Amino acid sequence: MNKILSAEFIAPDIKRFVIEAPLIARKRKPGQFVIVRVRENGERIPLTIVDGSPETGFITLMVQGIGKTTKTMNQLKSGDFVQDVVGPLGKPTHIEKFGFVVCVCGGVGTAEVLPIAKALKEAGNRVITIIGARTKELVVAEFEMRTVCDEVIVTTDDGTYGKKGFVTEALSAILNTDRKPDFVLAVGPLPMMKAIAEMTRPYKIHTEVSLNSIMIDGTGMCGGCRANIGGKTQFVCVDGPEFDAHLVDFDQIAQRQKQFVAQERISLDRFVHENHTCKLDSYINQQEKS
Amino acid sequence: MENLPVLTKKDRMAIPRQKMPEQAPEIRKRNFNEVNLGFDEKTAVLEANRCLDCPRPTCIDGCPVRIKIPDFIRMIVQKDFLGAAEKIKEDNLLPSICGRVCPQEEQCEKTCVLRGKFQAVSIGRLERFVADYERKYGNFTPPHFLPSNGKKIAIVGSGPSGLACASDLIQWGYDVTIFEALHEFGGVLVYGIPEFRLPKEILRYEINNLKKIGVKFIKNFIVGKTLTIDELMNEEGFDAVYLCVGAGLPWFMNIPGESLMGVYSANEFLTRVNLMKAYQFPEADTPIHIGKNAVVIGGGNTAMDAVRTAMRLGAETATIVYRRSEVEMPARIEEIHHAKEEGIVFRMLTNPVEFVSDENGWVKKVRSVRMELGEPDASGRRRPIPIPGSEFDIDADLVVVAIGNGSNPLISQTTPDLKCNKWGNILVNDTSGRTSKRGVFAGGDIVSGGATVILAMGEGRNAAKSIDEFIKTGDWDETDRLSQPTP
Repeated sequence: MNKILSAEFIAPDIKRFVIEAPLIARKRKPGQFVIVRVRENGERIPLTIVDGSPETGFITLMVQGIGKTTKTMNQLKSGDFVQDVVGPLGKPTHIEKFGFVVCVCGGVGTAEVLPIAKALKEAGNRVITIIGARTKELVVAEFEMRTVCDEVIVTTDDGTYGKKGFVTEALSAILNTDRKPDFVLAVGPLPMMKAIAEMTRPYKIHTEVSLNSIMIDGTGMCGGCRANIGGKTQFVCVDGPEFDAHLVDFDQIAQRQKQFVAQERISLDRFVHENHTCKLDSYINQQEKS
Repeated sequence: MENLPVLTKKDRMAIPRQKMPEQAPEIRKRNFNEVNLGFDEKTAVLEANRCLDCPRPTCIDGCPVRIKIPDFIRMIVQKDFLGAAEKIKEDNLLPSICGRVCPQEEQCEKTCVLRGKFQAVSIGRLERFVADYERKYGNFTPPHFLPSNGKKIAIVGSGPSGLACASDLIQWGYDVTIFEALHEFGGVLVYGIPEFRLPKEILRYEINNLKKIGVKFIKNFIVGKTLTIDELMNEEGFDAVYLCVGAGLPWFMNIPGESLMGVYSANEFLTRVNLMKAYQFPEADTPIHIGKNAVVIGGGNTAMDAVRTAMRLGAETATIVYRRSEVEMPARIEEIHHAKEEGIVFRMLTNPVEFVSDENGWVKKVRSVRMELGEPDASGRRRPIPIPGSEFDIDADLVVVAIGNGSNPLISQTTPDLKCNKWGNILVNDTSGRTSKRGVFAGGDIVSGGATVILAMGEGRNAAKSIDEFIKTGDWDETDRLSQPTP
C-alpha cells in the first residue's frame, strides 16, 4: 500500500498524485513508468512517472480519468492509499546532446514529457516544446514546461488558447525553416504520434514515440503489450516504452488497444451507475483543494 | 496406534489401485473448483496398504527431493496421518502443492516396483491426502530451528523454487527475505496454475506458514529495477542471493496474424484468469475475451491448463493443436485424460501457419498444415514434417499460444557480470547452482528454461545447501564450469 500525499485536479478529469514510493523515487529516470493497482480486485495499469525526488521519497503521477480504473483512482484523495505501486519499469529515455530538439506532446503526455525535456535541456540541447490540447482548460504543465525549455508553443483545437490548430501545424512550421531539428520526441494520443512520425520521415529526423500499451505484469512475462517494431515483435514493457517512430506499426497498436472496448464499456457503466458521477465532479474536487 | 491385521504381500497386491474421486466432467468443465476431490481416510488407508514397504525402496530415487516415501505410507497404514505429514515435511515443506502438481507417473510412481501389471502405489494422491488432513485437523508445528546466525539471504522470486529454498534456510538460522515482482506471492503457482488444479487457498496457507516461521515476504519489488543485485549485496547487506525469477518472455510462432485481437500468449491468458481473476469480471476489473471456439497451440501442461480454462470460461469448443502426436506430448497423462473427459478436442500432427483475421481485426481462423513424423530429432522425439498441400482452416475466435518461454531480461540487463547463454538463461555450476557472480546462485526456470514445479523446488533446496556451504566456508571457486542448459 502506498500513501497519497497530495491529489489535485489540474484540469477536468486530469488529477496529479504525489505518492510515497521511496525506492522508486530514488531509482526512476525520465521516461520510465510504474504499474499501479488501485484496489483489491483491480486491474494493473501502467502510468508514466512524471516526477520524483530521492530526498522526499515521493513520485508524481498524472491520471486522466477515462475508464473505470482511472476514474476510480481519480476518486482517491490525499491521505488515501493506492493498493500496489511497482517500478520503475521500462527503459529510461536516451538522453544526449543532439543539438536542436523538438518535443511534441498532447494532453496528459505533456506532464510525461516534462522530466524528459528538462533532462534534454540539461544535456545541452536547444529544446522547443509544442503542447497540444483540445481546449484551453486541458492544457497542463505549461508553466513548468516554460521554465525548462527554450521555447514553448501551445496549440488548441478550438483556438481558446495559444495558436488555433493542431501540433502538427506547429511542427510543420519548424520543419519548413532551414534549421531542422536533430531529434523529435512525440508523446500523446496514437493518431498524433503517427502523424508526427509521418511528418519527420521524409526529413530522416530521428524521432521517438512513447507507447502506452495494455499490460499486466510489466516485466516481460505476459506479452500483452507486444508491438510490431520494424517487422519484429517487441515488448513495450521491457524493450520500450520509447521506440523509433519510423519503425512503429501504429495501426496495429491502435487496433490492439481496442480489444477490450466491450468490457471497458461494461465496467465504466457499472462505475457510473455506482457513483452517480456528473460533470460537476471534477469542478467540485477542484474547489476542495483551495 | 490400533493393532492392524498383518497383510501378506499377496494380500497387498490383490488390492486394486484406488481411484481418485473427481467432479463429474460435465459439471466441472463449467466451474473453477478443484477437479480432484482427494481420498477419504478409508481409501487412503486402503491405497497405503498396497505399498510393499520394500527393503530397498526404489520410489525414493524417483523423487527429486527424496521424500521418505515408504515411511510416510507406513504411517498412513497405521492411521497416524499427522505423523505422516511430519515425515514428508522432513524433505518437502509444500506437500499439498506437490501432491497436486508433481508428475508422479514420471517420478516416484515410475520407479515403484508395482508399476506395470499391478500399477504403482498412488504416492502423489497419498501425499496430497496427508497434507490436506494436516491442514484441516493439525496444528501448525514449527519445524526444529537452528539458532539465528545473523546472515541475510535474498531470494528473488516467490515461486516454488524460492519457497523451497527459503524453507530450508530459515530452519538453518538464516534471515531470509523473498522479493516478489507481482502483487501476490507464489509465482507460477498463483499466476499460472489454475484454481481447478491448485486452489489458491492452499497456496496462501503454505505461504502463511512460511511467514509464521520468520520468512520475510516483500511484494511489488523488482530486483534489477527497484534495486539491483549489487545494491542488495553492497548496500542492503545481503550475504547471498538466490535468483529464481522463473520463466520470462513468452515465445510466439512468428507467423502472420499473431498480433490479431483474440490471440494471447498462455502467460497472458492464464495470468488474466488466475492472478487477476478475470473469470469474475466485472466484479474483478481485469477483462478477458471469452471465445466461442477456443484453440490452444502446444502440448504441455500449460497448454492443458489454458484449454481447460477456456472451456470453463464458456467456450463451445476448445481444441488443442499440437504438431507432433499424442505420445510426444509433454503434458501429464492425468491432465490429458481430464481434458479429454471434459470434451477438449485434440488435433494432433497439426501445425498453424497463419492466424486469419475477420474484417475487424479479430482472429477468425487458424490456418494449419498436417504433419507427419520423420526421424528422431535432438530431443529424441520424431521430428514433425509438414505434408505439402495439406492446408486447412480451424474456426477460432480465441487463440492461446502455449509453446514455451524465453528468459526474463530484467536481471541480466542490470547485472553485467552474470553470465547467461544465448537465450538469456543464467549459467550455473550444475551441482551447486553457483553463477558467475560471487555470492549469487540461480535455479528454476530461469536456469532450465522451463520445467516442473518439483524440479524447481529441488533446485531451490540444492541452492540452499550451496548457500549454507558458501556462507560457512566463504569458498567460491572462480574456475567453476558453468553449464549451458538447452531450453
